[in-house]
Amino acid sequence: MAAAESGPRTLISPAQLSRGHGKIVYWSVLGLLIPVFALLFLFPLYWMVTGGLKSPAQVIQSPPSLLPAHPAFDNYVTAWNDLGLGRLILNTVIYAGGALLFQVVFDVAAAYALSKLRPVLGNVILFAMLAAMMIPATVLVLPQYLTANSLPFLHTSILDTPWVIWLPSVANGFNIFILKRFFDSVPPDLLAAAALDGAGPFRTLWSVVLPISRPIIGVISIFAAVNVWKDFLWPLLVLNEPSAQTINIGLYHLSNGIPEDVFIAALAIACVPTIVFFLIFQRNIMAGLTAGGVKG
Amino acid sequence: MTATRTIDVPGDRNNAGRGKPARPGRPGRRPGSLFRRPAGGAAGRPDRRSRYARKARANATGYLFMIGAIVCFALFTWYPMIREVIMSFQRTNFAGQTTWVGLANYRHIIADPGFWGAWRATALFAGLALVFGYAVPFVTAVALNELRHFRGYFRLLVYLPVMIPPAAAAFLWKWFYTPDNSGLFNAVLHVLHLPTSQWLQSPHIAMLCLVLFSTWSNMGAAVLVYLASLQSIPGELYDAAEIDGAGILGRVWHVTVPQTRLILSLMLMLQIVATMQVFLEPLILTGGQSGTTTVVYLIYNYAFAFNNYGSAAALGIMLLVVLMGFAGAYLRLARRGEEG
Repeated sequence: MAAAESGPRTLISPAQLSRGHGKIVYWSVLGLLIPVFALLFLFPLYWMVTGGLKSPAQVIQSPPSLLPAHPAFDNYVTAWNDLGLGRLILNTVIYAGGALLFQVVFDVAAAYALSKLRPVLGNVILFAMLAAMMIPATVLVLPQYLTANSLPFLHTSILDTPWVIWLPSVANGFNIFILKRFFDSVPPDLLAAAALDGAGPFRTLWSVVLPISRPIIGVISIFAAVNVWKDFLWPLLVLNEPSAQTINIGLYHLSNGIPEDVFIAALAIACVPTIVFFLIFQRNIMAGLTAGGVKG
Repeated sequence: MTATRTIDVPGDRNNAGRGKPARPGRPGRRPGSLFRRPAGGAAGRPDRRSRYARKARANATGYLFMIGAIVCFALFTWYPMIREVIMSFQRTNFAGQTTWVGLANYRHIIADPGFWGAWRATALFAGLALVFGYAVPFVTAVALNELRHFRGYFRLLVYLPVMIPPAAAAFLWKWFYTPDNSGLFNAVLHVLHLPTSQWLQSPHIAMLCLVLFSTWSNMGAAVLVYLASLQSIPGELYDAAEIDGAGILGRVWHVTVPQTRLILSLMLMLQIVATMQVFLEPLILTGGQSGTTTVVYLIYNYAFAFNNYGSAAALGIMLLVVLMGFAGAYLRLARRGEEG
């Protein structure tokens, strides 16, 4: 990262930055920002990890010590063994994976149909799906909860099952919007050529459209997984069974009645999977964030 | 789908007499919209019938593709929306009997002593979040965009909190806000010989504490979105502004802001809509104490603590109307901006 990147000029011209005065200012600002960012965004995590290594007396010690006096992993071991964190993390992985799969399959198929097959009343359905984006999520949770508690016609409850996370995640107007916009940009000639070769709509989607849609599907997948990991209100309502809960909800229910030092260790453990995931997929996540947005 | 006599799609040998429409994955079936086959040979009735059949089959294929998404939208968006409206005019008693009660739910929720407080708390959170959560990411992005070194480091760090499970981040901050001197923030203030604070337990600054946490944990996403749009600003505009004698702030105001106007206004609308629905922060950090019971928190209490679904739905409808108002105003302004 040491090499300067040469792009188009920004607010301050490169000439100004390379001159004596500008150079000093630039390097001192940079020299200031590096530790400030570390303090703002890394130090809290450091505090959490070392907090888990402290003894109960040290956690409530005043003033707190910067380093744990006798670092011990007992809290981490207790948190992992006794609080069922593994189960919570596994649940969240399963919910995220399933939500990703259902969203990709159902939303890609629907957006493809809306864009290329254009059945009758397709526009009405598209409008209804996009209009759903306008409705604030928190307004709908109560009737959604009642629906999930007793599905229409079937009269069964899907509370505390993975379905209650997977199925609502498919109803995502944003997915439909960016997928349809992408499929609209696929040249019709390409599809016509596939049809001439005797490919039906499914085969066209599978062998022609999907291979060129990999980036956009990647964006949707990342959002799908991250959304499950971040969602709080909905899983709080629909996952009451401790063995079915996500990591967020599990932590919320655990927060009362366990020693603070163990709980801090549990928080640190809870952060590991997503941070590892982020470090691995950093590039894709950051690119995906801006891909769905509008061009400024 | 009884009419299955189709014209002669090449390669479509084994569909004769099948009643089942449009099995995907079979070569030779094609939707009507991809291209239109010229009517082959025989004129008149059978041809028209087969054209309808083909159209019907294309439609069936289209709906087969959409069925999963339609069922999910219907179950978890469209039907709940209607149900929310209906519920807000109904009351269910302990025996499970439902009666229409007109506007009684609305009157009941407005008469709640916490009703206006919840709106005030929500507006305060959204307002403070505008000052911090909206301005900070943009200023950060503008500053980071000027840096030629360690770009990856800054992006990684600012986005790190976004990837932490929100409940874990909230509990972490609750611990930092511990009101005695064992809390991280008070310890820092103590070292600097500044007066310590009660943080979340102080009615004066509890809401500010929530906003600071919320900004810390969410700003990464906004920073990255702004950075991407800052990079699309043509450098010549800055050159031109500089020649016209604009200083750094002048260039920000006359070039950067207008050039990122669309994304700025979109993020403004999204942020208002998101912050007006704040729930996790007051639930975990303050438990609704110190005047932090927001509208969504009140909805949650009505629905799941008091089991008063009707009043919860009525408050939900009010929130919906307010948020739709913001979205509508945004769309009008955006359209006017496009025209102007």
